[in-house]
Amino acid sequence: MGTYVPNTEKEQQEMLKACGYQDFDDLYGGIPAELKRKEPLAIPAGKTEMEVRQAMERMARKNHVYSSVFRGAGAYHHYIPAIVGEVTGKEEFRTAYTPYQAEISQGLLQSIFEYQTDICELTGMAASNAGVYDGATAAAEACEMVRERKRRKVLVSGTVDPKTVSVVKTYAFGRDAEIVLVPEKDGVTDLEALQAMLDAETAGLLIQQPNFYGCEEDAVHAAELAHAAGAKLIMSCNPIALAVMKTPGECGADIAVGEGQPLGLPLSFGGPYLGFMAAEEKMVRKLPGRIVGETTDINGERCYVLTMQAREQHIRREKAGSNICSNEALCALTAAVYLAAMGPEGLRKTALSCHAKTAYLRGALAEAGLKPVHDRPFFHEFVTQARDEAQAEEVLKALEKADILGGLPLGGGRILWCATEMNSRESMDLAAQTVKEVLKQ
Amino acid sequence: MKLIFERSMPGRGTAYVPDLDVPEAAPDFAQRERKLRLPELPEVQVDRHYTELAKETRGVNGGFYPLGSCTMKYNPAAAEAVAALPGFTEVHPLQEDATVQGCLEVMQLAEKYLAEITGMDAITLQPAAGAHGEFTGLLLIKAWHRSRGDTARTKILVPDSAHGTNPASAAMAGFEVVNIPSDPNGYVDLKELSQRVGPDTAGLMLTNPNTVGLFDPNISEITRIVHEAGGLNYYDGANLNAIMGIVRPGDMGFDVVHLNLHKTFATPHGGGGPGSGPVGCKAFLSGFLPGIRVEEKDGKRCRSEAEARVGDVRSFGGNFNVVVKALTYILSIGREGVPATAANAVLNANYLMHRLKDIYPMAFDTTCMHEFVITLEHFKEETGVSALDIAKGLIDYGMHPPTMYFPLIVHEALMVEPTETETKETLDEAAEGFLAVLQEAREHPEEAHLRPLTTRIRRPDEVKAARKPVIRYDFGD
Repeated sequence: MGTYVPNTEKEQQEMLKACGYQDFDDLYGGIPAELKRKEPLAIPAGKTEMEVRQAMERMARKNHVYSSVFRGAGAYHHYIPAIVGEVTGKEEFRTAYTPYQAEISQGLLQSIFEYQTDICELTGMAASNAGVYDGATAAAEACEMVRERKRRKVLVSGTVDPKTVSVVKTYAFGRDAEIVLVPEKDGVTDLEALQAMLDAETAGLLIQQPNFYGCEEDAVHAAELAHAAGAKLIMSCNPIALAVMKTPGECGADIAVGEGQPLGLPLSFGGPYLGFMAAEEKMVRKLPGRIVGETTDINGERCYVLTMQAREQHIRREKAGSNICSNEALCALTAAVYLAAMGPEGLRKTALSCHAKTAYLRGALAEAGLKPVHDRPFFHEFVTQARDEAQAEEVLKALEKADILGGLPLGGGRILWCATEMNSRESMDLAAQTVKEVLKQ
Repeated sequence: MKLIFERSMPGRGTAYVPDLDVPEAAPDFAQRERKLRLPELPEVQVDRHYTELAKETRGVNGGFYPLGSCTMKYNPAAAEAVAALPGFTEVHPLQEDATVQGCLEVMQLAEKYLAEITGMDAITLQPAAGAHGEFTGLLLIKAWHRSRGDTARTKILVPDSAHGTNPASAAMAGFEVVNIPSDPNGYVDLKELSQRVGPDTAGLMLTNPNTVGLFDPNISEITRIVHEAGGLNYYDGANLNAIMGIVRPGDMGFDVVHLNLHKTFATPHGGGGPGSGPVGCKAFLSGFLPGIRVEEKDGKRCRSEAEARVGDVRSFGGNFNVVVKALTYILSIGREGVPATAANAVLNANYLMHRLKDIYPMAFDTTCMHEFVITLEHFKEETGVSALDIAKGLIDYGMHPPTMYFPLIVHEALMVEPTETETKETLDEAAEGFLAVLQEAREHPEEAHLRPLTTRIRRPDEVKAARKPVIRYDFGD
């Protein structure tokens, strides 16, 4: 039906004849007959655009979009200025290939150069790549960056998002490298335990800031401990938090990574997202993936190209540090446009709004009877403790009835909450009131 | 062109975030000390900046885009409209199953149709790109051998014509790479293959049609040799567009495949992603698949995980919104459209090759699949004009150049993939352009080295860029 094949049957026949073929069977004559499919594929017949859109709209309607969202845990509900979609919807950006041909890709290349600058500014690091798949794969790639011949082990804090830990472990399974979890103590990395675990085989330490529970880690101390043992510090950061929190650069981190989704990308059931990666100057040639650099052309005009490609798979093949090609360019562009629209003040205001709303929600829930588990500095997430798992479930069910997506149940009656600039006081009061009624019973 | 930072003026900007409706809360965490230098622009300036950048970016609608191996087909508008539905974009990945039945249905249908098209039994949608899929597929192979206590299988066979990602992915999965030479016809050298397989063979990675655009007719023999040696066969789906609906990897003896939804299934490339690289496998490997498995219980869909999964390769279920676009495409073209798409891709490639082959020497002068490879080795010897010069010349004729210097086994290669969505007139015009560029280069070789002549930027100094990298804006402090 809607094949996007423009040539008519008559034209196809002419073209076949022009090349000396009888028909399509003849054209495919090089494929052994016994391999060719005799039966049509068991998929539905083609449909018109109208029918397909209706079918897809029916599926979209089977998903519930909540009036208020208090769930984060790696995917965050933020306001996205309309200009972001306006720019990223442009056909040129949306459909272009990787900018191998610099002469007709200056716009795309420059946008990536600007994105790299933004990431360096946010993280306080010297060098950023053009992006990777998501925050978890960025962390996994960073672990490979720090591994050396005699230092193969990477320590990962138990307060890192479990999804990130899972991906880091999978990548380590590939490299036959060791990942060891550092225990958690009172909601943060147990630095005493960490000190005892750091040894001559430790390549690096991965921590998350703020961590999975929303708590602030003592990153400066962690960096000191890691460095004293000859290991590198990798910090996985929330990019909105970076507008106000001490940067990885200021903490002494060697590599900063993170999930770029909060920078203008919708939740979209988990993807596409964006992994950002930045490193100190001397690790720049260890960064995986695309990097755009400034240069000049034959007329001396400033321009941009993909650079340091000798790091990459298409040149180094099995000796490359990574196989990655995609930089999620359209997502990197999204982040860059988002940051340009928000500006430094807008981003700071967003971060402080997230913080104030979270403080409010935390207080309101505590008053309603759901006490916070950790008494520590936090950013936009926190954990509460219900009496037991059953009570936590009841709380979330009651919120669901009020069209509120409550926090993420962590088991044992604990719930991980998140508030952003999107949550109004009214919605938080309603959530707290709903919780209060459940706890009263 | 100015950088966005050069357009910035302190104090400018648009307010998008409302003032607080709750009391201010003083942060008690350690604060950033360095000033955050993001661009400060009113929205109109942001919009104009990116409009200017868009003008210097070539999308598929900007002209013929015959980038070999990349399948730059038209990206249908309907898929974009569907993917923008709030029912898909405003859904949190950690919502309960009952509230994401539509998302799970999308995943389930996409998995089912992709399994049918590839001849596989199970699919994971978690890998975010083709290379990511390769890595995932190789981990399945590794996990399977390990599960059987077979730790001696440490090598992956890769033809010398393979994409660079193949050996890089094999290394990431902890394998040693063994190169298999191609025979003079561009096919896998069976004798070499037989000599190199053995008890240390974990598997073979193969693209078929291969990277010179030829369908390897010995494919059943190749996969049999690997199976008999105890290895598994991995199908790199980069070139599936040529054969989908005509012949299936599963029927050629492959155990694992990855697909590039951004090539074969018409989702846009985004200037380098987001793509999606689903991995399919035969039933005996399905227990190792990472990502979300969708099951149906009492008419309700729910998420589960495979018991022996290799571990997640990405957060959540993958690039879901790309899968939405691919499903929209599959439903549109349907069972008859799938092979019709492949057939026209092959026809367009052969037609253009036929138009060019009297003037442009082909690396392999035989029926091609969806792409063909030109070699300018002799032309360069005669005139000094390289494949790069010709590629740059094509820009002056309004085309995006073909892929250059790949595959590595062909010297001075230009790899041309027109795709099925181009009209005959476009191919005729392109042929005229190709012929004119070569003709001009023969007559004025010195000018060919200077091309393109029509763009604002010409021949950037890549050596300079790499030697002393400048990879962020210098704020001058």
